[in-house]
Order: sequence, then structure tokens, then C-alpha cells
Amino acid sequence: MKFLVCISLVPDTTTKISFVDNDTKFNNDKVQWILNPYDEWYALVRALELKEANGGTVTVVNVGGAANDQVIRKALAIGADDAIRIDGSDELDSFAVAANISAVAKEGGYDVVLTGKETISYNGSNIGGMIAELMDAPYVSYANKLEMSGSTATVSREIEGGKEIVEVSVPFVLSAAKGMAEQRIPNMKGIMQAKTKPLKVVPASVTSGYTSSVKFELPPPKAAVKLVDADNVDQLVELLHNEAKAI
Amino acid sequence: MAVLFLVDSVKGQVKKNSFEAASYASKLAGKLGTEAVGLALGSVESSELAALGEYGAAKVLLASDASLDAFDSGVYASVIAQAAQTAGADVIVLSQSTTGKAVAPRLSVKLKAGLVSGAVALPDTSNGFVVKKGAFSGKAFAYVSIDTPIKIVGVTPNAFGVEKTDGSAAVESISVSIPASGVKVLEVNRQQSDTLPLPEAELVVSAGRGLKGPENWGIIEDLAGVLGATTACSRPVADVGWRPHHEHVGQTGVAIRPNLYFAIGISGAIQHLAGVNQSKVIVVINKDPEAPFFKAADYGIVGDAFDVVPKLTEALKKFKAAQ
Repeated sequence: MKFLVCISLVPDTTTKISFVDNDTKFNNDKVQWILNPYDEWYALVRALELKEANGGTVTVVNVGGAANDQVIRKALAIGADDAIRIDGSDELDSFAVAANISAVAKEGGYDVVLTGKETISYNGSNIGGMIAELMDAPYVSYANKLEMSGSTATVSREIEGGKEIVEVSVPFVLSAAKGMAEQRIPNMKGIMQAKTKPLKVVPASVTSGYTSSVKFELPPPKAAVKLVDADNVDQLVELLHNEAKAI
Repeated sequence: MAVLFLVDSVKGQVKKNSFEAASYASKLAGKLGTEAVGLALGSVESSELAALGEYGAAKVLLASDASLDAFDSGVYASVIAQAAQTAGADVIVLSQSTTGKAVAPRLSVKLKAGLVSGAVALPDTSNGFVVKKGAFSGKAFAYVSIDTPIKIVGVTPNAFGVEKTDGSAAVESISVSIPASGVKVLEVNRQQSDTLPLPEAELVVSAGRGLKGPENWGIIEDLAGVLGATTACSRPVADVGWRPHHEHVGQTGVAIRPNLYFAIGISGAIQHLAGVNQSKVIVVINKDPEAPFFKAADYGIVGDAFDVVPKLTEALKKFKAAQ
């Protein structure tokens, strides 16, 4: 079984978000880039578990510049066999990213393509479905369990207020959510091995997309909390009704 | 020209987020000088569909083939693409439910149509088509231009709101060709509930480790009950199994945007805030005055949940009775 795990780089969760160039660009200064948690904790680790149980290979793929290599190595340290970086601009839109990855996926004959349920930076949840359509393959989103038996997979996916269990056959695309696997911390052996694992760089085949970023905006600063005395809950009810108009 | 919106339904009933999609689509259609057309898939009640007229839909197309009751993003994308052609739609609006999120990207590829997901406002059409969307897990907004002739917008539930007027939509059956599905649905398991599911809920009462154990959730359910709110919880509580996983709100759980969010006995870790920071009003009840959640709150009570919550429930009961 050949697994391809799409990994995206995102600013660390605790990053203070700001913008430069008249709010048209994300401010990279002092930002620590990490693997998108959903890609790393859930998609990558579950692919590794299935490979360990049934055999196969796990390749990670990323679209971006050479600065990404250091973070891509972390995926190799966690256990991926090899990595492909599609050398493209960081400003490609989700269609262009998906088109580049699907080209790699088709060429490499991968059986299962996994992504995280969304990135914590753009929160789009777009890439998996786009890759699936480009590959003309089934797509299961928000998967929280994945079991494989031969070329058939049983997947549990989140839906509003519950879950759904579906069956698909390879090749298929899946977006991974919490429940799929547990985060793995790379050990020293993994980190040493990652240095010599293959990280292939290929040129981007698609360099423009369907959308373009115009500008960013920060939400207005939050006013200070209004504290109500614990013995005066009627005042809270009054504030929620008359001031906040929330009830 | 038309604005097509997808009608989300469960067991033949139209879901609330479809009213919002209809409101969004009809406002947008007004700006563009065209009309909003709904598309419902599977066995959906015609009377429910006609009622979408109250939210501005001019008509609703119904592809009533029963095989569409089972969800497959590939099949849905194909059917929506056919309906878009029938309706002459150049904008397609989907609510960002699990259905919308799975279908929109496929549809984007199929129609070579730019997609912006996570929209929180109507597009600016004064110079092109620019959509405001949430980014960085609620910490910022991005304005994104869709540069293709056909455009797809995924709307964040509860971001735009529902606008009800008068009207009734004409329901028109359409015949579509349904491709073979690569996804076999074995089981659908939805919790029976009288309240709206997350993230559609407008009122949410959420609790965390401060409740000390699952046996203490009665006071949370009572408070939610008097408000008609949906219950939610923090990650640690779902992880230890005190509450079901689908109640977990936060970065790794469900992201929500209710009108009113009560956070009880939740400290307010950054990962939790990422999933709730777009709530319109946040009330925090915590006995620790240093809990970081107070910084993100609109209203707060420093106090013991076991003391404050029952008193609040009583006060709300009195308030509701007086209304």
C-alpha cells in the first residue's frame, strides 16, 4: 500500500498574527513554522500505523519553497519514508496546490492520499476534495477512524451531531480529524535517520489558480470583560438581554 | 444568471443552515440583479422546500432520486454541476456543514470555479468579486478575490444570519444523471436531540474540567434546557469520555460561532479559544479569577460553578416566565 500524506506548514498556534505591506502579506517575522497539526498528528501518524501493520510506504508531499525543508524533515523524523517538495510559491491558492499534488499522486500511483481536515492558517478544508476530483477518486472528509483490509477501507467520519461509517476502495482521498491517531514525538533515532532520507524537489506544474489574496484584517480589539458578582446573577441576565441582546 | 444554493437536509427535513444559505444567496442575487435558486437532493418534503421562499429563494430545484439520500461528495458534486447548468448559475453558495465542506472543493474543480470557503459576509462586487473569510483560526480575516467566471462561496454557519420575509418558492423537479458512487455508506449514527447540532446552534452552553466529573453535568443541561441551548465541552472532558466527542469545541474539535457562548469551568487555553473566539457574546464562569478565558470574554462571573450555575438557571427561568 502506497500512502501519500499532504503536509502543510502553518504558523505555530501561539503565534501573534500580524500583517505587512499595507495588510496584504502575512508577517513572517519571528514566526515559528510547524507542520499543520491535523496533517501531522492524524493523517501522517495513521498512515504510519497502517504501514507498520500491513506493509507499504509513506511519502509526504509539500508545496513551497526551500525554507520548508527543515520542517519537512520533521515528518521524516516521525517516520515517513521519503518526501517530495513541489517547488512552488507560498502564495499559490488551494486549487493550484491541489493540482500540483494530484499530478504527483497520479504519477506515483499512490493508493491512499491523506490530508488533515483543514490547515490552522487558512481553515479552508479545500485541498482533499480538490485532489479527489482531480484524481476522479472517492473522498471521505473529516475521518476520525480508518481501518484497511486489503484494498478496502472502512472509515468513520464526523457529521453534525454524530458519525457516519463508509466503505471505499483504493485509490481514495481522505481528510483526517481528531480520533484517527495520537501525536508521535520523533525520537533521536528518527531524527538522525531523517537527515539521510530522500527529499526530492520537483518543479511545480501548475503555477496559477482560481483565486487571489487581496488583503488581511485583524478583528477589532475586544473590550475588557464586564464582571458580575456571583451573588447577583440577575444582573447578568439583565445585561445579556438589554445590552448584549443575546437572549 | 442565477445564484444557486445547496439545501442541506436530514431525513427529509431542511436544516437550519439552509435558511442561512438561502438568505445569503438571495441577498447576493439582489446585488447582482438576479434570483436565488435552491437545489435539494434526495427525499425532501416539497412543503419544506416551498418555505425556503420565506428566506428569499425564488424557486427550488429538487433532484428527488432516493439514492441521493446517502451522501457521496463525488455524486453530489456531479448533480450540483448539472443543476448549475440547468439554472444558468454563475455563483454557487454552500453552507460550510460537513456536506458543504466536502462537496465545494470537488465542485470547484469540476466547474473550474474559484472557491472561497469560510465566508463571513456578502462578497464585495463593486470591483470584481471579493469575499471576506475567517483565517488563522479566528484570529484574522482574509479578503480573497475569485477570478473565474463561475464562483463558489462556502458560508460559515451563523456568520451571516437568517433573514425571514414573506414568500413561497416554486418547487421544480429536475432530472439528473447520477454517476456510480465510490463510497458505500454502511451506517449513519446521529444523536437524537431536540436542540440544534453544533455548529448551527445560536446558543451554546459549554463546560470543562471545572465540573469535576460527568455526574455533575445536570446543572449544565438544566442551564442549556432553560435557554434551548446546545451543550458542548472542552477537549480534556471529551478525551476522558465524560462527554461525547461530537460535543468537543475548539481547534481540534468543532469550530463554532454562536450568538451566545457560556464557558463554565473552562480555563481558556489558546486551542479552545481558536474554536470559539468568533462567538458574538462570550460569558465565562470560573472560580479562578486568573483564568485566561476572562480576557476573551464579554461578561464574566468569578465563582464556583456549582453555586453560580443553578442560581443563573433559576434567574433565567424567572426571566423567561416574565417574557
